[in-house]
Amino acid sequence: MATHDFAAQESHAHAAPQGFIRKWVFSLDHKVIGLQYYFLALAAVFVGMFLSLLMRIHLIWPTATLPLLGDIKPETYLTLVTMHGTIMVFFVLTTAPQGGFGNYFLPIQIGAPDMAFPVLNMLSFWTTFLGFVVMIAAFFVAGGAPLHGWTGYAPLSALQSAGPGEGLGADLWIISIAIFCIGALMGALNFITTTLDMRAKGMTMMRMPLTVWAWFVTAILGLLAFGVLLSAGILLLMDRNLGTSFFVPLVTINGQLTGHKGGSPLLWQHLFWFFGHPEVYIAILPAMGMCSQLLSVFSRKPIFGYKAMVYAILAIGFLGFMVWGHHMFMSGMSPYTAFAFSIMTMGIGVPSAIKTFNWLGTLWGGRIRFSSPMLFAIGFVSLFVSGGISGPFLAQPVLDIQLHDTAFVPAHFHLIMGVASIFGIFAATYYWFPKMFGRMMNETLARWHFFISLIGTYAVFMPMHYAGMAGQPRRYSQFTEVHYLAGLIPLNKFITFAAFVTIAGQLIFVVNLFWSMFKGPKASDNPWEATTLEWTTATPPPHDNFGGKTPVVHNGPYEYNVPGAPRDYVMQNDPELKAAH
Amino acid sequence: MASFSTTATVDETRISLGDDGILPPTRTGGDDGDGSPGVPDYSTRLRRARLGLLVALTPVIMLFVSFSSAYVVRQGLPTLDPRSNQLVRDWIPVTLPKLLLINTGVLILSSLFMELARRQIKRQVAGAAPASVSEVSSGDQVRIPWLAITLLLGLVFLFGQWTAWRQLAANGFYVATTPSSSFVYLLTGTHAIHLMGGVLALFVAGMASLLRRSVATRSVVVDVTAWYWHFMAGLWIYILCLLEFAS
Amino acid sequence: MGLILLVVIWLITFISTYFFIAKTWWLPVGASASTAGIDHHFTTTFILMGIVFVAAQVALGYLVWNYRDRGSSSSKVAYSHGNTTLEVVWTLLTTVLFVGLNLATYNLWAAERFDPAGANAVRVEVTGMQFAWYFRYPGPDGKFGATNPELEDASAGGEAALGLDPKDPASKDDVVTGTMVVPVNREVEVILRAHDVIHSFFIPQMRFKQDAVPGLAIHMHFTAIQTGEFEILCAELCGLGHYKMHGMLKVVSPDEYDKWLAAREAEKQ
Repeated sequence: MATHDFAAQESHAHAAPQGFIRKWVFSLDHKVIGLQYYFLALAAVFVGMFLSLLMRIHLIWPTATLPLLGDIKPETYLTLVTMHGTIMVFFVLTTAPQGGFGNYFLPIQIGAPDMAFPVLNMLSFWTTFLGFVVMIAAFFVAGGAPLHGWTGYAPLSALQSAGPGEGLGADLWIISIAIFCIGALMGALNFITTTLDMRAKGMTMMRMPLTVWAWFVTAILGLLAFGVLLSAGILLLMDRNLGTSFFVPLVTINGQLTGHKGGSPLLWQHLFWFFGHPEVYIAILPAMGMCSQLLSVFSRKPIFGYKAMVYAILAIGFLGFMVWGHHMFMSGMSPYTAFAFSIMTMGIGVPSAIKTFNWLGTLWGGRIRFSSPMLFAIGFVSLFVSGGISGPFLAQPVLDIQLHDTAFVPAHFHLIMGVASIFGIFAATYYWFPKMFGRMMNETLARWHFFISLIGTYAVFMPMHYAGMAGQPRRYSQFTEVHYLAGLIPLNKFITFAAFVTIAGQLIFVVNLFWSMFKGPKASDNPWEATTLEWTTATPPPHDNFGGKTPVVHNGPYEYNVPGAPRDYVMQNDPELKAAH
Repeated sequence: MASFSTTATVDETRISLGDDGILPPTRTGGDDGDGSPGVPDYSTRLRRARLGLLVALTPVIMLFVSFSSAYVVRQGLPTLDPRSNQLVRDWIPVTLPKLLLINTGVLILSSLFMELARRQIKRQVAGAAPASVSEVSSGDQVRIPWLAITLLLGLVFLFGQWTAWRQLAANGFYVATTPSSSFVYLLTGTHAIHLMGGVLALFVAGMASLLRRSVATRSVVVDVTAWYWHFMAGLWIYILCLLEFAS
Repeated sequence: MGLILLVVIWLITFISTYFFIAKTWWLPVGASASTAGIDHHFTTTFILMGIVFVAAQVALGYLVWNYRDRGSSSSKVAYSHGNTTLEVVWTLLTTVLFVGLNLATYNLWAAERFDPAGANAVRVEVTGMQFAWYFRYPGPDGKFGATNPELEDASAGGEAALGLDPKDPASKDDVVTGTMVVPVNREVEVILRAHDVIHSFFIPQMRFKQDAVPGLAIHMHFTAIQTGEFEILCAELCGLGHYKMHGMLKVVSPDEYDKWLAAREAEKQ
């Protein structure tokens, strides 16, 4: 019989709230805030998917008139591109894994009763929510949403006359991102302080689950990167509205001088990508942590090389700040600097490879259970490999000459961010759903969802590599003007139909999610027989997470099938087994 | 099936992080030295608040690092003059108003008074008996209102900055006049906005006293505000040096 | 389930790999001096990365099938926290592979980007603007005349679109065209400029791409080794007409080039 070690609880600064507003709207409880972030991301992902569906339709039927929406003009297409990218990167990939699951489970997994600063936590969510509202508002102002891409290169983004949507819509886009930066920084503050200062007794850094390490390093990345994005946004707003020339040299639009001179478009790119590259690691690290967690739980085996995994997360975080120039090989940047960036970029492939080896090493010799979270974790490994392998092509400048700004680039980043990272979110949902809602999701629906998503997303994004190699450029609203692109339209038709099927498959997930919340079979406290601290407490957890008690930790997070143990798992706060960890 | 056994743990005597004195020993457990159950003890709160401030200052630093690098890059940047097909440099340094030096003095002075306020309330916490640290201070001695003086000086500084901007404008340097003037307004303006945040914090710290919050709470608020204030003073000196010497 | 996963993962892997090997959709046929080196390195990268890709996916599929929970007939789980030697070995191997692959491109990159164009190169100034490419040849005086943004008139095309300043004597003999004509087997130096926003000058068959940035004049070079007509695309989002900012490169024999240029220059007199 297992025993769990708890101490009398040290502290919990506020009593459980009463009333609907205090409990569900302006809650200070990290668990409620986590759910709020999650559902915000869920709303955002449906907006983002809808935009991408319209894009795919337009590419193969440029002259089609759609019901309700009418004709999609070239500038509208570019607006779809811009807003799809922006909404997905910020309000889905930076929100659900970190703000959603991180908020909910980081304190519990380290044995804390809440985040360090609950009021700030509540404010961070509502700030992010405000950012989303402002972003959506850009669609509805005069001129509409901007068309300058999620990367917002100046001078296109800096001049109100450079295109439709570049007026108020672009200002709102920048303001929304600035608001998002502030919300993200508030969140990062909480994550870092909580991880450093509120771990339960016995929860040393090297006993933390890899999910916590991932959230922690992701928060540090955010802390360092979002300030730079904010600075770039401020400078861009000034160029657009105050007549300054940080990014705009002497240019004419439609033959008219704009009054700017001397600025540097490359300065925008440097500032943006100094943020932008760490941002993609912010998008993937939590999913990597999730994958490590799930492969261990469902192989009933410790993660292979825990220390190496921690070092790899740290290395990815650190190196992530030194490679931004690989987005700028063709920008006019010095070719010497470009080559230096490319070496660093190849270097950052190494810790990612180490993690992949260790995931495979975890599966090897295990006793694998194919529950739905595990399916998505396995899918994550496959997708991460596929998306990662195209990286070394783009990282080498001589090859990037041909591939930059072609469909090869979205093929690469969608497989990693748009699919692997999303699979991390799905995996986390299926895994932690029982703990959050006290019920199990339906496994049959989950399997349909998994296979449609895995096969569907490969069908959508693998062909983009071929299209990119054949010379299909990015951000073209149609392929009617360039002769050789006509030959790629059949491939694009295939991609569009695959996208239809894949997006339709996501409805299975939504149905499963909401139906199971109310009607799913009741879950026990530890349905997956996992070892980390969230599974030692009630389902759902009480307001202070551990019911007036604090766990005392004795073991590492991945003690499965320990030789000599009575069962095939040992909880972290089980004092029976004094393992070497 | 799990069985739970509680193990009450008692921590060793802990030395606080305060600079001037040793706080009474604290212990974990439901009822700590603070006297109020379920509230973390003073040294934990102070440590956590200071850690939070350190973390919070990091993006502020990154913001100004980013502006600084843009500043340095822009200064040296040649741009193509299409008329002559030549690369030209167009950086004209701005003469900074002398008033900025006076403002600097005001800010440094305010930092001094801020530190006095911080030490004053530290002594209050140390001097109070353990059980009464959570109580409202009896306020029987006459104490110089260092906090209020700091707040006043902060407002004087902000007013001085505003006046300096008016002087710049009177000399024809508006925000978009030259790249150098853009940076002067950008750097001093962003600093001023952050300082306004500090002024707000001072106000909150002052309110905490009026609203009769415990000495422990007020001490944490004042401590964090003080460090933030010192950082703002240091940041200002950095900005001034950047604008004056890296030109 | 383990078997289904193996089949699905292996099928996806083999189908994707098939299309890469079969080159069903592939790099357009290259016609520049740089093609051989670049395409060779593409192939090297493909083979090496392809091996890694297939190996990893095959391993994944195999592992999830072979180590599935078989109930009581499963063998004991190999309780292991890792293997430091193995970690060090595969870290080193990966580093050597990745960094080595990139270092191997140094000479290619240097030839493309570090070294300036030779003295005998044909000089063409390429200007991008929303949404057209213009090409300017310096004429017999070998000098590009001054341009004045205030004189730009895109609707008039040609010299007026560039804002060529008639007051500068060097402008008088400048030839401005909407089609780029160059001789085969001779280095071409392009000087890239932009009037309004960032564009990118992309000639897929010349393995050439470079952003045209306002405020800069970027010098690049390439050498066409086959005659023909090659499409020019804009490869940096520049506004609503980005998809139709389309140009044409005509590579002709040296004689034809001389004749063509002489005829254009004669028009300027």
